[in-house]
Amino acid sequence: MTDREAVAHLLRRATFGPTADEVDAAERAGPAATLDSLLNPNRADRGATATPLPALPPDPYAALTKESTREQRQHANAERREQLQRLTLWWLDRMVAAEDGLTEKLLFFWHGHWATSAQKVKSARLMLGQLETLRRHGRGPLGPLVAAMVRDPALILWLDGQKNTRKAPNENLARELMELFTLGIGSYTEADVKAGARALTGWVVDRRTGIARFETRRHDPGEKTILGHSGRFDGESYAGLLAAQPAAATFVAGRLWFRYAGTDVPAPAGLAGTDTVATLRTLFSSPVFAQTRGTLVKQPVEWVVGALRQLGIRPSKLPEQRRKQLLAGLNALDQVPLRPPSVGGWPAGPAWLTTSSLQARLRTAGMLAAAATPAVLARLTAAPTAGRPDALARLLVVDGWGARTRAALTPLAGEPRTLLAAGLVSPEYTVS
Amino acid sequence: MDTVTRRKFLLTSGVVGAGALAAGAGAYSLRDLLDTAGDRDPQSRTLVLVTLYGGNDGLNTVIPYGDPAYRTARPELAYPDGEVPRLDDDFGLNPALAGLHQRWSGGGLAIVRGVGYPKPDRSHFRSMDIWHTAQPDRPGNTGWLGRWLDGAGGDPRLAVSFEPALPPLLAGARSAGAAVPVADRKAARGLSAETLTAFAAPEAGESAARGRAAACFADLRSVDEMIRHVRDSTDTEAVDPDGEQATATATGGARTPLDAQLDLVAQCVEAEVSTRVFSVSLGGFDTHADEKQLQAVLLGQVDRALTGFADRMSRTEAGRKVVVAVYSEFGRRVRANASDGTDHGTASDMLLLGSGVRGGWHGAPPSLTDLDDGDLKYTTDFRDVYATLLERVLDTDPGPVLADWRGRLDGLF
Repeated sequence: MTDREAVAHLLRRATFGPTADEVDAAERAGPAATLDSLLNPNRADRGATATPLPALPPDPYAALTKESTREQRQHANAERREQLQRLTLWWLDRMVAAEDGLTEKLLFFWHGHWATSAQKVKSARLMLGQLETLRRHGRGPLGPLVAAMVRDPALILWLDGQKNTRKAPNENLARELMELFTLGIGSYTEADVKAGARALTGWVVDRRTGIARFETRRHDPGEKTILGHSGRFDGESYAGLLAAQPAAATFVAGRLWFRYAGTDVPAPAGLAGTDTVATLRTLFSSPVFAQTRGTLVKQPVEWVVGALRQLGIRPSKLPEQRRKQLLAGLNALDQVPLRPPSVGGWPAGPAWLTTSSLQARLRTAGMLAAAATPAVLARLTAAPTAGRPDALARLLVVDGWGARTRAALTPLAGEPRTLLAAGLVSPEYTVS
Repeated sequence: MDTVTRRKFLLTSGVVGAGALAAGAGAYSLRDLLDTAGDRDPQSRTLVLVTLYGGNDGLNTVIPYGDPAYRTARPELAYPDGEVPRLDDDFGLNPALAGLHQRWSGGGLAIVRGVGYPKPDRSHFRSMDIWHTAQPDRPGNTGWLGRWLDGAGGDPRLAVSFEPALPPLLAGARSAGAAVPVADRKAARGLSAETLTAFAAPEAGESAARGRAAACFADLRSVDEMIRHVRDSTDTEAVDPDGEQATATATGGARTPLDAQLDLVAQCVEAEVSTRVFSVSLGGFDTHADEKQLQAVLLGQVDRALTGFADRMSRTEAGRKVVVAVYSEFGRRVRANASDGTDHGTASDMLLLGSGVRGGWHGAPPSLTDLDDGDLKYTTDFRDVYATLLERVLDTDPGPVLADWRGRLDGLF
């Protein structure tokens, strides 16, 4: 692998899809310095500054009472939906604009890991609150992240934590906390789930203020035995116990490898570091990471956001109609941010490669190609017709086309937008 | 498979086995298969598998209203005697299942009781995985119908899902079923047929995933061919995903309404396509809280979709060869929790209807008092039902598919 291929591979995985200019700069800096500046960006992110958090009004449901009319309820419902759509578009815009691409992609990883859906949480403010919590703790050690998440209002609502009381514990949150978020299956028993649920009792969410608070009288203060440790566990000490398990560090590092490197090559030993940035450094520096090139199926959000960046499209600058098409495209691809299909997160790998998803990719690629900026198009048409497939590879940061794809692209060289759309659905672009 | 690799598989919920991927890269050509399609044996039957994601509460589906232990265990959640449409002196159906109740009276509904497997797992993902793979001890990375497909020649059109991601149950070792979109079938493609065909060619030396990405172009073409004669379904009614009613934590399942999926199945069956297995699904059954109303809404959808489908199927020769089987990854805890819901449980009922299915009770009802850590003890192994379906609906020897499983559910057909 050349240096250019190495940094392109790194940037494709660590961020949402680099532009050709970003690869040029990284090639000049070299692989080691590129990794350093990805992991520890030491300048302010102008892209993030340009996409400030949306100011969301309070949950419209808070103003409703038992006497509210059907119309008022419908209106509140519509407003909730509108807020969630605004938040989703803001997030996509941020993913495209951010210069600190590693942190933005890591946030999306954590969102899929602590997979919480607006479908049940319903409040845009609470979803944004959870994202901010994941952003605050996502680069650091596991302990503070788990401790913050067990008191996160959106997660509590999502997994019925507010219904978990000492009189009869509700196991939903405790089970998924161990199975999906920290330890993985096989590292705990059914008795641990029951005891963990008791430790988490007492938390309630005030829908009006959007704040989670602890109610002592709902909490079970008794002695519990979890993972062989006995004590009067509450949410915080239970979170601490989980985060301190060696199984947790290994499990979460394995999940990072799964999303950043895939399943073709097993994760190397000793991947887990003291915090997430350290784990990512080990992951990207590992010799076997290079072997995973060309094997990882892009998740739809990665595919779309990467294309938006490379084609110079900012979602917030699109006309209303196109913005709707963009969201409809993600919906058809079955990956809408803030709406994971399951508490287990989104599928991965070849599950995205179906006849159904191909049709959605074809349609979305057409829309993206139509919205590509004139400057991007000019880069393509600046090349002589015969050289346009190669110009396309440079634009989309693909290392090169195989004979099959080159044969498919060559007849399209005279139609730049069609060429763009074809490049976006090519196997070389779909699988990075 | 070690736990971590296992975990990867089940979390991907829809991943295709590595072998199937390699096959997609060129071991079989869909163009070759196209030439042999359409010669379906008119006597052959069709299996429609309905998966309810989230763990449907079996005790509030087929209700043991005559057992005092039922009301003791869940005083708030139990249906009062007078509200339960009766099946016999001890059991009744959820009031939302009025259509199925009527079908029962006509002898057209079979209920298999206490279906489960040894050492029940209470994780949604693991348990659903066990049902998908039919391998309770060590779930592998092929689904039971995927393995059937391997043995049936591997044509993806034989096993079709109307879910966007392929369910693991249709992933074989060497082949995989087709995921056919419900809404997009006629949408403009933007690229010419020539371009799509060019992308379908395999490329020597490329990764399995890239091979699969190219194979999708070939699959798309053959699926197009198959449903060309199937007329368009009417637009599915727009469903507000964020309606006012309470919802359960999502644990998977298709987002297209169940009746729209079954409508498409009906059209395919009537057009006599070569498909032998259809997979459809509905999610939302993870009713940890406020279960009663939520489950009734979902069961109402199931009831309308199934009875509408069954009625329609009874009107054509091809339709009368369809068997429908409904299951969920587990039932729920006998005792209610404090949130007027139930936590994850174990054994539950399967519902079957259609061609040759003998209506009435099958298997023994589990005891509500002799429990395994608060949960029902299963009385029928789900592999008995699978083996019977393979034998009687798909005309296949279950041995190679189910690791020589010997059990059968006698009297089901």
